[in-house]
Amino acid sequence: MSPATARQAMPISPPDLPRTEAQPALRHKVLIRNVDFYYGTFKALKNISMPLHDRRVTAFIGPSGCGKSTLLRVLNRIYELYPGQRATGEVMVDNENILAPGLDLNLLRARIGMVFQKPTPFPMSIYDNIAFGVRLYETLPRHELDERVESALRRAALWEEVKDKLQQSGLSLSGGQQQRLCIARAVAVRPEILLLDEPASALDPISTQRIEELIAELKADYCIALVTHNMQQAARTSDYTAFMYLGELIEFDETERIFTHPKEKHTEDYITGRFG
Amino acid sequence: MSVYARRRIFNGVVMTLSVAATGFGLLWLVLVLWTLLENGIAALTPALFSQMTPPPGSAGGLLNAIFGSVMMTVTGTLIGTPTGILAGTFLAEYSRGSRFGEVVRFINDILLSAPSIIVGLFVYELMVVPMGHFSAWAGAVALAIIVVPVVVRTTEDMLNLVPNSLREAASALGSPKWKVIVMVSYRAAVQGMVTGVMLAVARIAGETAPLLFTALNNQFWSTDLNAPMANLPVVIFQFAMSPYADWQTLAWGGAVLITIAVLILNISARALASWSTFKQ
Repeated sequence: MSPATARQAMPISPPDLPRTEAQPALRHKVLIRNVDFYYGTFKALKNISMPLHDRRVTAFIGPSGCGKSTLLRVLNRIYELYPGQRATGEVMVDNENILAPGLDLNLLRARIGMVFQKPTPFPMSIYDNIAFGVRLYETLPRHELDERVESALRRAALWEEVKDKLQQSGLSLSGGQQQRLCIARAVAVRPEILLLDEPASALDPISTQRIEELIAELKADYCIALVTHNMQQAARTSDYTAFMYLGELIEFDETERIFTHPKEKHTEDYITGRFG
Repeated sequence: MSVYARRRIFNGVVMTLSVAATGFGLLWLVLVLWTLLENGIAALTPALFSQMTPPPGSAGGLLNAIFGSVMMTVTGTLIGTPTGILAGTFLAEYSRGSRFGEVVRFINDILLSAPSIIVGLFVYELMVVPMGHFSAWAGAVALAIIVVPVVVRTTEDMLNLVPNSLREAASALGSPKWKVIVMVSYRAAVQGMVTGVMLAVARIAGETAPLLFTALNNQFWSTDLNAPMANLPVVIFQFAMSPYADWQTLAWGGAVLITIAVLILNISARALASWSTFKQ
């Protein structure tokens, strides 16, 4: 599907609309089972179990330090860059346990894209920022690489703004553009899952809106996990919401239900702002 | 007396002391430069750059010493820089939190402040004695040993300034660690690392003690790295201590040359550093 038709097919769903129309059969892309996580001796995640559905956005909400970013970092095992951090339990991606020892972490991470809270453009040209990830696993002729870069930038709604300055430094872009560059970079390697760790929290409202539109478009192709501090953002962009507190998963359900009829008193208190 | 008046007076006293201390430091620097230029400018003639070091009483220049200094500084830098960059990379990227890394860092800091004459004696024992003669190679190795800790330190510091989020972002794309370092960390830190190398070069350009025990000196033109080689610091040392006026003038000229070279290197290093911050 071209980006243009994707845009028409997937309008930004207002939160008040039911999200049941014309959905393909639901499928667990990821199944998190009994995951515990430790920073040294501190237990940051306690027995988390939940699914992530394919072609859906799952939002993780909860107060600071509740473990939502930690859980995201388990999903591509990026925590392994640091000694002393470890996860136990199972994370099944297409029925393969990615927490199993002996797994090639680089190949795993190539399948699971991640975008961080602060934009992290590499100190190289806009073009090379996108091409970096592609070149890691594919040797493409120049024109095909050009096409990949262009389509990734188009998907991230950045192409029109940068098409005449692809050789300029990625650092020369504005914060919102940098973040879209990072999303394009993640999309360019054609991952199956996108992990977004508060992708809009450092951005102004207009850039935030563009990122949210982008998430709505990207979910046509990806399984997306979105950590956010912004509850309106969770309500606007996600299909499922997980509420976490002190390392525990308190409630996981369809976003609409979480925000209208949460089962847990705790969840209700949080989303209505009675505690935070 | 109000609390504000007391603070103002205290501020004034500390300010005066600070300015006086700065002035005291600058005074000597200016005096040194002034003396150097006053005595050395006269020696900066075309002959200085075109003739060899002369015997006492005859005319000559410093060409062989200039060449020797450039030769050994470049060779020492070429040996010391890759070693230092690799070791600094190890410390910053691979040894985080490890005991071995801490030991290496500690030893490197000791080496950083080791008197250069010790380095000279060490290389004398290591190379000159077994080879049976002084040589430019030994000089270059001694200079390299001085370069290494400086480059290790700056490389590590500059790589530590690269935010971890950049490394995470590259790793999250599935990049192997060596590629994260080469393609992302180095690129983010390159200006600082180059600045460190330039400062190391500036440091060894004027080192006398390590060369005294290794390259020694050579009155004639020589490009043989296996033989003793003339160099500015040792020639200055020898000529300045001599009773001959023309030798002393040449020594002043050599001193001015080294100072100007170091000045240019330092200014370029600073320009490079500020250019990089400006660019980002």
